[in-house]
Amino acid sequence: MKTLQMMTRRSGVSLARAWRKAKAVDWFQRITFLGLLLLAVFMALPIIFIFNHAFKPINELFLYPPRFIVQEPTLENFRDLFLKTQSLVIPFTRYLFNSLLTTSLTMIGVIGVSSMAAYAFSKHVFPGSKFFFALTIFALMFAPEAVAIPRYLVIANIGIMNTYFAHIIPLIAAPTSVFLMKQFVDQIPNELMEAARIDGAKEWLIFFRIVMPVCTPAIATVAILTFQGAWSQTETSNLYIQVESMKTLPYYVMTLTNGLANNVVGQGIAAAVGLIMFVPNLIIFLVSQRRVLATMAHSGIK
Amino acid sequence: MSVATESAKPGQPTVRTRVARPGLLSRIWANRISYIFIGPFLITFVLFILVPVVVAIGLSFFSFNAISMPKFIGWDNFLAILSQDRIFLQYAIPNTFKFALIVGPGGYMMSFFLAWLINQLPKGVRDWFTLAIYAPSLASGVAFAVVWPVIFSGDRVGYLNNLLLNWGILDQPVLWLQDPKYFMYIMIGISLWASMGVGFLAMLAGLQTVNKELYEAGAIDGISNRLQEIFYLTIPAIKPQMLFGAVMAVVGTLKAGAIGAILAGSPITPQYSGHLMINHIDDFAIIRYELGYAAALSVLLLLLVYGATKLSFQLFGSKEDE
Repeated sequence: MKTLQMMTRRSGVSLARAWRKAKAVDWFQRITFLGLLLLAVFMALPIIFIFNHAFKPINELFLYPPRFIVQEPTLENFRDLFLKTQSLVIPFTRYLFNSLLTTSLTMIGVIGVSSMAAYAFSKHVFPGSKFFFALTIFALMFAPEAVAIPRYLVIANIGIMNTYFAHIIPLIAAPTSVFLMKQFVDQIPNELMEAARIDGAKEWLIFFRIVMPVCTPAIATVAILTFQGAWSQTETSNLYIQVESMKTLPYYVMTLTNGLANNVVGQGIAAAVGLIMFVPNLIIFLVSQRRVLATMAHSGIK
Repeated sequence: MSVATESAKPGQPTVRTRVARPGLLSRIWANRISYIFIGPFLITFVLFILVPVVVAIGLSFFSFNAISMPKFIGWDNFLAILSQDRIFLQYAIPNTFKFALIVGPGGYMMSFFLAWLINQLPKGVRDWFTLAIYAPSLASGVAFAVVWPVIFSGDRVGYLNNLLLNWGILDQPVLWLQDPKYFMYIMIGISLWASMGVGFLAMLAGLQTVNKELYEAGAIDGISNRLQEIFYLTIPAIKPQMLFGAVMAVVGTLKAGAIGAILAGSPITPQYSGHLMINHIDDFAIIRYELGYAAALSVLLLLLVYGATKLSFQLFGSKEDE
């Protein structure tokens, strides 16, 4: 109890200290700070809610009157998720494995493919380079949802239906990633590459030894954006995979939550799995927030 | 659409060919390494973006049910959509415009305004607010599919109902997610809540690069308040990021439409109250298997997205290379 008090006091003190350290805080900043604080708390409510809901024991989930904050936190829901679903035809862990595998392969693929294309678009001049890059900018507005059926036909015809590739390859074409990387590579002075070239370095060596290391903030950003997209998309499981054992976690969440308003049995499990879906997103952003903003500074379309 | 491509950069890696004016083929061969670099991207781009769009345009002129051979019917799909499809005309179109006009520009302006406010604060506290405002955009989609039905549950146990009943605003529980009166507003609310995404980060990052001296110079030139500062200095300074944010807002709005199906648990929302064009496409493509008709709807949606993007470019694009 005492340590808890100390901890809250200390974190309060550090925020207050950061606030006081900032010089020349005028009335406008004070009002902005207060207003944003209120808004941030309001906006965080659903997020605080899912954290609490996932740890509620079954009697608290359906308590009347409902309580927002968990009274006696328990890992019951998570235990149910891991153990009870183990007896089903497809256990939860299988979906989790599929998601982890396909999401990480997608991230690796997008980073590799996008950074290679970005380097060529930024530092090479070749016939069609301007046209292809213009096409990429044009495709920033592309939303796969709008052409789900033609994409289905393409995937059926290249023979990757019902394979893990169907989760991965359609997401590799990422114009936003190529664009963000290209803007970042633009910042690398050409002299750096010229010097390496005089020393006899080949293009691949320049790419791996100079471009990739300098671009780590952009790579981190692309990794995060790809993760967010791949980790929570249901499109590929819904449309391109008919084999239940190859579907991913978001699909499983969807089957749990469909018609949840009427079906109260799986609510605890659904909250737990929802939290498992959400937390990695949050952590990854938290860790690399600075790098993301450094990349985004160059995101402008001129 | 004005797209900036930088003029020839010094220090190109191209192997200089001996011929004074080499033909296209030999220039392509000389640059083969560049094509290898963009190759993987280009192949996936063509397969999963270009071909689907072209196929959608082609299919829109056919009657196709996925089993028998496609039959060419010319403009009939489009004519049917615009003249006979009562659900499209009565629900999908008005709903789509209502949703898109509020969530698109609304979310975009909120993103800019909040980014600007955060940028007014001292550096040490900015990160916390950035995280708090950005986090909801991570929480959209299926992960929170469990949260909304519980919060908006139609009985007394529902959190919103309970709160409003306790405050005396309601005297009996409201069926939030079943009542067509409220469904659209809940969709819009959740989408706005989650609309501070990549575009928000881009604008925030852009704002941090704006030179402080710009404002001092502005003050000398007679800019007296913050509103003038925003319109005459800030927005022009971060125009490229504003454009990127606008394009992301257009795409984001289209994606946000999925919330209706998540809330309703099926592509068809209660009495079509949240029926958007994207749901209409899914209805015809996945439920009714009228693929040609669905493709024609896709083409209309793509045109809409294209129009919105073009408008963004006209508002924020750089004029000089038009």
